Amino acid sequence: MADLLPHTPDRPLERPARPVRTYVLLAWTWSRALAQYPASLALMTFGTSLGAVAEIFAVFVVFRHAGALDGFSLAEGLLIASLANLVFAAADMLMGMVEGLGQHIRSGSLDVMLVRPVSPLIQIATDRFALRRLGRVVPAAVVTGVALYHCDIAWTPGKVVMLPVLLVSGVAIAAAVWTASGCLQFFVADAREAANSLTYGGQALTEYPLSIYGKGVVYAVTFAVPLAFVGWQPVLYLLDRPDPTGLPDLLRHAPPFVAVLSCAAAALLWRLGLRHYRSTGS
Amino acid sequence: MTRAHSDETVIEAVGLGRDFVLSEGPLLRRTRRTVSAVRDIDLTVRAGEIVGYLGPNGAGKSSTMKMLTGILTPTAGRLRVLGMEPSRERTRLAARIGVVFGQRTTLWWDLPLKDSLELTRHMYRVPAADHARRLAELTELLELGPFLRTPVRQLSLGQRMRGDLTAALLHGPRLLVLDEPTIGLDVVSKSTIREFLLRLNAEEGTTILLTTHDLGDVERLCERVVVIDHGSLAYDGGLDGLRAAVPTPRVLVVDLAEPAPPLEVAGARCVRTEGPRQWLELSDNPSVVIGRVAAGHDIADLTLQEPDIEGVVAALYRGTEPRPV
Repeated sequence: MADLLPHTPDRPLERPARPVRTYVLLAWTWSRALAQYPASLALMTFGTSLGAVAEIFAVFVVFRHAGALDGFSLAEGLLIASLANLVFAAADMLMGMVEGLGQHIRSGSLDVMLVRPVSPLIQIATDRFALRRLGRVVPAAVVTGVALYHCDIAWTPGKVVMLPVLLVSGVAIAAAVWTASGCLQFFVADAREAANSLTYGGQALTEYPLSIYGKGVVYAVTFAVPLAFVGWQPVLYLLDRPDPTGLPDLLRHAPPFVAVLSCAAAALLWRLGLRHYRSTGS
Repeated sequence: MTRAHSDETVIEAVGLGRDFVLSEGPLLRRTRRTVSAVRDIDLTVRAGEIVGYLGPNGAGKSSTMKMLTGILTPTAGRLRVLGMEPSRERTRLAARIGVVFGQRTTLWWDLPLKDSLELTRHMYRVPAADHARRLAELTELLELGPFLRTPVRQLSLGQRMRGDLTAALLHGPRLLVLDEPTIGLDVVSKSTIREFLLRLNAEEGTTILLTTHDLGDVERLCERVVVIDHGSLAYDGGLDGLRAAVPTPRVLVVDLAEPAPPLEVAGARCVRTEGPRQWLELSDNPSVVIGRVAAGHDIADLTLQEPDIEGVVAALYRGTEPRPV
């Protein structure tokens, strides 16, 4: 055993682990481990995708019956719904496990995460990282593609460049909302249900043109919980449509900035929550 | 036991304390009460030591462990572990220490042990080649081979604990913190783990701090014990000194030829009888007492019982003399 555990303290340990790399490694290890049951993985993925397909189909039925909703055609309505689905599904895949924070606190597994040299946020987010959530992402992405094709969009080089930027911003905003609402569980036991009204509720809300809701709702999802920037504002931008809710058109250029702000706010909330946990020990 | 002690300080606590604020009562008439979980603890652990951290439930052991590992922020005093301040440098410290919680696993229930260890490798950023070599050696030492590919939830407690130890040691920590490492284990598993820890300490000089309720762990592993009670240090020193620190009388077990009423002899007090056998708590020299007993009765057999560590610690907790068994 002489060379069993050589003390090599100046090995990479001194450098802080790169978060993205660590995230990918942990997520990959989990995916590979869970893929050892391929039949189960396939069934779960299929089941998950059914959920996404059903949600988008519901929107399809509504528009099919109504013909148009508040001036939005079937293809445009589907674009809003599928974009919201796509972005939320991707955010759920990346950060969705944070909603299990309360369980980690109660079972003591958060303590276990805190004695490892990796941010507990990354550990929670990658915990049981499930590739089956691609079952939501893929159909939503397909419908988004089809809807983009059928919508009457005047493509410019700017729009082509902005599309991926808007997608990434949307995912970042949704992930931030997800993380922030998960952080509530640091302060309130069993805040999970309340958090779900923000996350899942927010997603259901953004599947339709925001103009069908009251002013209060539009203001709330624009300025308080910025879900309007996930799907609604990007679609207005792509369609060159004036904002039917009367808010300034400038807002449609805001998603990247909103994304940065939301992520900063979520990170701050996470730090505050973790500090609270470590100073109360509960 | 050969131990490579050095002058290097691994843990240094000065006046360490931790208060909790408890809120009680209904929401509107809530009263706040401050409770000290740990009070004014001075503790220095040097490289290569094995220290047993003992105390009854709720004495403050877990709070101390949480502060040492950086999970909990102290409210008083100064704390350094491997030269770092745990609450501020938790992540950096985590890379250098190994922690095992006996009551909960650091492994992942649904993953095979091997995958759990692979995840751990990524977190501690151990190069693949080092990992493979160490895993091979630990696999041999802790006999992990037969269950490396078994999901953790299907492991027996003893196998799981060996897996947890492996996960805590793959990155070669200088300090190993064990919270009740043998809880619930059978005699053989306990023994395997104790012998492994002794070997790790002797050959690698790994400093080990462990909490336990198992006095077998203490007697086998620890040259030094620290006893905490009601949040304060009750004792810090060698095992022998612990026995001396608490007035624990020796017990003379006398087998008389015939059953007799409890003996009344100067220098001894009868604490228990069972047929012809009597237990005498000694306050005088054993030979003198034996002479006095022999003067009035025929003695068939005699044994002298040294106080065991369990009785000593119990006495320390209660602040009273231990009762012989």
